[in-house]
Amino acid sequence: MADDATLDEICITAIADGFRGDGEILCNPIGNVPVIAGRLAKATFESAMVMTDTVSVLAANTIPVGDPDAERLVEAWMPYRDLFDIVWSGRRHIVMGASQIDPYGNQNFAAIGDWKKPKAQLLGLRGAPGNLVNNTTSYWIPNHSTRSFVEKVDVVSGPGYDRVSELSGWIQSNHEIRQIVSNLGVLNFSNQEKRMQLVSCHPNVTVEEIIAATGFELLLPDEIKETRIPTKEELKLIREVIDPHGLRKAEFAKK
Amino acid sequence: MTEMEVIEELSDGMTIGIGGWGSRRKPMSLVRAIACSNLKDLTIVSYGGPEVGLLCATGKIRKAIYGFVSLDSIPLEPHFRNAKQEGTIETGELDEGAFYLGLLAAAHRMPFYPTRAGLGSDMLMMNPEIKTIESPYETSDGEKGEELVAIPALNLDVSLIHMNRADSQGNGQFLGPDLYFDDLFAKAAKRTFMSCEKIIPTEDFLKEGSVHTLKIPRLFVDGVIEAPRGAHFTECLPDYGRDEVFQSEYAASAKDLQSWENFKQKYIEVTDHQEYLKAVDSRTQIGESQNG
Repeated sequence: MADDATLDEICITAIADGFRGDGEILCNPIGNVPVIAGRLAKATFESAMVMTDTVSVLAANTIPVGDPDAERLVEAWMPYRDLFDIVWSGRRHIVMGASQIDPYGNQNFAAIGDWKKPKAQLLGLRGAPGNLVNNTTSYWIPNHSTRSFVEKVDVVSGPGYDRVSELSGWIQSNHEIRQIVSNLGVLNFSNQEKRMQLVSCHPNVTVEEIIAATGFELLLPDEIKETRIPTKEELKLIREVIDPHGLRKAEFAKK
Repeated sequence: MTEMEVIEELSDGMTIGIGGWGSRRKPMSLVRAIACSNLKDLTIVSYGGPEVGLLCATGKIRKAIYGFVSLDSIPLEPHFRNAKQEGTIETGELDEGAFYLGLLAAAHRMPFYPTRAGLGSDMLMMNPEIKTIESPYETSDGEKGEELVAIPALNLDVSLIHMNRADSQGNGQFLGPDLYFDDLFAKAAKRTFMSCEKIIPTEDFLKEGSVHTLKIPRLFVDGVIEAPRGAHFTECLPDYGRDEVFQSEYAASAKDLQSWENFKQKYIEVTDHQEYLKAVDSRTQIGESQNG
C-alpha cells in the first residue's frame, strides 16, 4: 500500500478497476484521466484488452499520454470507420464524461437548456446514442455536484436503465452502465431497481458529503466501502510511465 | 479548376457535404470561397469542424447536419456554439455512427440503413423526420419484430473534399492516417469537387503511398483544384499538422463582433487562397512560428 497517493491517482485506479474481467475487448476511454486509467488496467491486470493510440492505430505497448511522438507497437490500423464496426460488434467498453446524469444513468453532454436554442451548447450527442445500446459504458465525472447529478437531464445523449427497459431484449442485454467514478466516490446500478447507488467514498470523503453533492436520492447499500488506494506498482506506472508530465492533475486543479 | 470556378457550380439552397473530420483535412480554401460568395441558405453535412463555424459566422447556413462539430484540440467549435445559442441555424444532430450510415445509404442509393443507435436517447425527438421500422427477421435469441431506426440517406447535391495528392483526371490519394469518410462523401453526392495539396502525374501515385491510399477514383470526382496548404489551419498529415496557434486565433474571434470583423477582414475577405496564405505567413513571421 502506498499512503501518499493523491486524489487524481485514486480516481485513476477506480476507473481502471471498472475494466476488471473485460478480457479481449477494445478499452476505449475518452479524456486524459480515463485514458491513463485504461492504459494502467491494460499494463497490469487486463493485458488482453486492445487500445488505440487515440489517433488511428491499436498500440500493444504502454504509451505515455500527451506524447504524439512516442513509439507505438502497432497491432492494427484503426481509422474511425473501423471504430464504428467495433462499437456495433459490442466488443468495447467506453468511458465518457457527463455534464449531467440522473438516477437511472441517463447522461447528457449535448446541451444545457432547450436543445434547439440552448443556454449552453455542449459537445452534442456524439457517439453516445450508439455506444449505450451496443456496448458497456462507464462515466468519469470530475465535478460531483447537484448541477451534474440531477433528477432530470436536459437532453439524453446516452440512455439510462429506465429508458432502456422499454426497448428490445437485444438492447437490454447489450446495455450496461458499469460504474460512475466521480471526484468524490464510486457509484453503480447493481440493484434490482437499476437506480444509482453509492459503492465507495474516496478517502477523506464522507457519505454525507456525497449525499449533499447529489441532486437526487441515492440508494445506500448496507456496506459502503472506502475506495482503494493505488498500489506502489500502480503509482510507479502512473507517475513514471503513463503520465510522466502530470496531465492527470489538470482536471483537479480547477477545484 | 479554381475555387471561384467551383463557386459558380453552386447555388442557393444546395445541400453540400464536406469531407474531413473535426479540424482535420478540411477543404478550407473552398470553404473560404463559399464564405466570401453570395451563396445562401445552404445545408452543410459533415463531421463538423471549422467549416461549420466559419459558414455559420458568415451567415451561409440554413441547416447543419452533423455527427459533431469540434476543433479537436478545442472541443467546442465557438462560432457554431454562438449560432446554436442564438438560434440562428437549424440543426440535424445525429449519432456519429448513424451519420456514417446516412452517408452509406446515399452512396448506395438506398432510402435508409437500419441501426439501433438513437433508440432510448433524444436523437429521435430532435429529428422527428427520422422513422423507426420493425425488423422482418428474428434476432438470434428468437425476438420478433425488433424496433430499429431507419437512418435516411444523406443525399448531397455537391461534396467538397481535400486530398494530399490527385491527378488531373480526378483520382485522389490520401497519405495520412485516416481517410475519414471522404470516399462516401464523394459517392453520396451528385457532383464532387476535390482540392489537393498537389496535382501529380498518375504514374507518380505509387511513389508516395501504397495502392491502399488510392481510395478516390475519378468516377466520383467532377473537378480538381490544386490548393497547396488548402486545408490550413486544419491538419493535413503527413504534409503538415494543425496550426494550433492560428486555430486559437480563429477560436478567439468568436468572442465578440469586433474580434470577428477583424479576423474576417484579415483572413476571409481576401481575393484568393494565395492572398490568404500571405496573410497567414506575414503573421507567423512577426509572431511565433508553429506548424504542427
